[in-house]
Amino acid sequence: MEKPMIYKVISKPEFKSFIDTLVKSNTAYGPKAVDTDRLGNPVYQFMHVQGADEIAFDYTVTHSSAKHLLLPFRDELSHYSFRDGDWDQEVRYDAPPIVLIGLRPCDINAINILDDVMLHGPYPSPYYLARRKNTFIIGMDHLPLADCFCKSMNRHTVNHGFNLFCSDIGDRYYLAINSANAFSFLKEFRIEDPSYEDNCNLIERRKSIKNSFATTVEVTGLPVFLDIEFDSPIWQKWGDKCLSCGSCAMVCPTCYCYSVEERFDIDLKGSTRQNHLYSCNLVDFAQVAGGHNFRPRNGDRLKYRYYHHYRGFAANDNQQICVGCNRCGRACLADINPKDVINDLRLERESCMTCVLPSPDKT
Amino acid sequence: MKHLGFNIGKVKIGSFDFTCCEGCQLQLANRESTLPDFLALIDVRNFREISSERFDDYDIALVEGSVTRSDEIERLKKIRAQAKVLVAFGSCACFGGVNSLKNGIPQEEAVREVYDGKTIETMPSTRIADIVSVDYCIPGCPVSKEEVERILVGMVTRSLVSLPKYPVCVECKQRLNICLFDLGQLCLGPVTRAGCDAVCPTGRTACLGCRGPAEDINFPSFEQLVRDKKLSSSEMREMLGFYNGFADYLEHEKS
Repeated sequence: MEKPMIYKVISKPEFKSFIDTLVKSNTAYGPKAVDTDRLGNPVYQFMHVQGADEIAFDYTVTHSSAKHLLLPFRDELSHYSFRDGDWDQEVRYDAPPIVLIGLRPCDINAINILDDVMLHGPYPSPYYLARRKNTFIIGMDHLPLADCFCKSMNRHTVNHGFNLFCSDIGDRYYLAINSANAFSFLKEFRIEDPSYEDNCNLIERRKSIKNSFATTVEVTGLPVFLDIEFDSPIWQKWGDKCLSCGSCAMVCPTCYCYSVEERFDIDLKGSTRQNHLYSCNLVDFAQVAGGHNFRPRNGDRLKYRYYHHYRGFAANDNQQICVGCNRCGRACLADINPKDVINDLRLERESCMTCVLPSPDKT
Repeated sequence: MKHLGFNIGKVKIGSFDFTCCEGCQLQLANRESTLPDFLALIDVRNFREISSERFDDYDIALVEGSVTRSDEIERLKKIRAQAKVLVAFGSCACFGGVNSLKNGIPQEEAVREVYDGKTIETMPSTRIADIVSVDYCIPGCPVSKEEVERILVGMVTRSLVSLPKYPVCVECKQRLNICLFDLGQLCLGPVTRAGCDAVCPTGRTACLGCRGPAEDINFPSFEQLVRDKKLSSSEMREMLGFYNGFADYLEHEKS
């Protein structure tokens, strides 16, 4: 059962002072302009922030997702201390509380997917749980970018997984309050019940977001489609472009695959077991002891990434884990993006249905 | 020293300079926080930067620099004959390094430019592996002390020793850097072996490939990227040639 949501409105200046108070008394991360690209556009990332002034509330999108704040790129799983003939293992789950500000609906949906994988599967991760339960999430809506396709993935709205969600209705935010904590913090500030006009503005805002999507990726029946297309030459075609650089997986809000590494302390008195986020596109992702590589070809590796995202694996209940943020597409230097790959795959299948015989060779 | 119930002796190390700046060897004496533990693992038998004592009974030889003179060949062969394990240490030793820049111009011209007409014996800069067999390569300009520590600990404990096989982009993205291509710059990160923690792109300086190519790189796609971004392919070739780590790819391109 969903918990009941409380709805309030807050003026933008008051919201900013609420955030400022929150940020100053907690470890907080929010969208920050960190650079300017060659076209003059600001570059945003979720960074540690110490005051509301540092936060770009009207940001477009961050280059990297907020995933690493819950699933660090490198994480110590345990430390071992050696003593004569034996050893002790120390495992620490403690995670200091953090506040994540400005996450988009797709980002929160991504965290909900990670929850499914990390917490609701047969082997819940205590490391993830420790961070997740100590994470306070404030979501904010936005008008989609030209290449956002979260609506195609049905991830453009979110109704759980956050403490507070803010919809921009002009001079104020329409707040969906989803936790007792969030409500008791907000009570210290000037919040009001939404007026009739606020409600209308919210509906208008929702409509305008919904109607602003310029990119559509046809994902209906995609899982079956992908099963049929397992041996398609399309994979090698895109694989030939792939630099196997792992950028897509690093910026992705749901790519959670990892590698485990053990390292001795330099004094040889102990060792650590570390987990680091990996990418299935990296050359040795499927390399096993003895050196055999199950996926030596770029195209095979790329294919499995698409299978994991659009077909789903058993470990994530066969659900599609892509949320349509297109961060991978923007980060890819080889110009590979989900929309083009999936459309190409569909096009190939649909054209081959009508073309039974190959064209005769030209003489 | 006892480790997991096994007795482990210190490893006897010799460190040698060939044509280089000796900067990689200097790294061995850096990182003070772990220096006592590091030195506890090794018995320095021959290393002119940190000890005036000279012994020839080392087991592991760290060889820095490339070979550019015929007398260096003889010296290198002697080291190889003594060492049980020979490590090409740093980009010069692994690939020929910055020294290889002179390989592209007539040698007399190089000598005239640098030594102002003095008679100097020199030959094209050659990586260590072209002269003697090499057991391990630790690339980098300079090498990363942290990586050296990890590899040496691996040797001491007889555990698996490896370098990352993937490119620098992985580490660059993990540091939340803006991609230098987004700034209109050319960067060798997508084709260069990681392990440096993307130190150059993090400082907004393009990767010049000091760690050489990552494993099984997609070179044609990288060339396509440079064309698509309308960047200069002669600049790309110059960057790829800087440490001579991509010689195989540049050769292939010519043919």
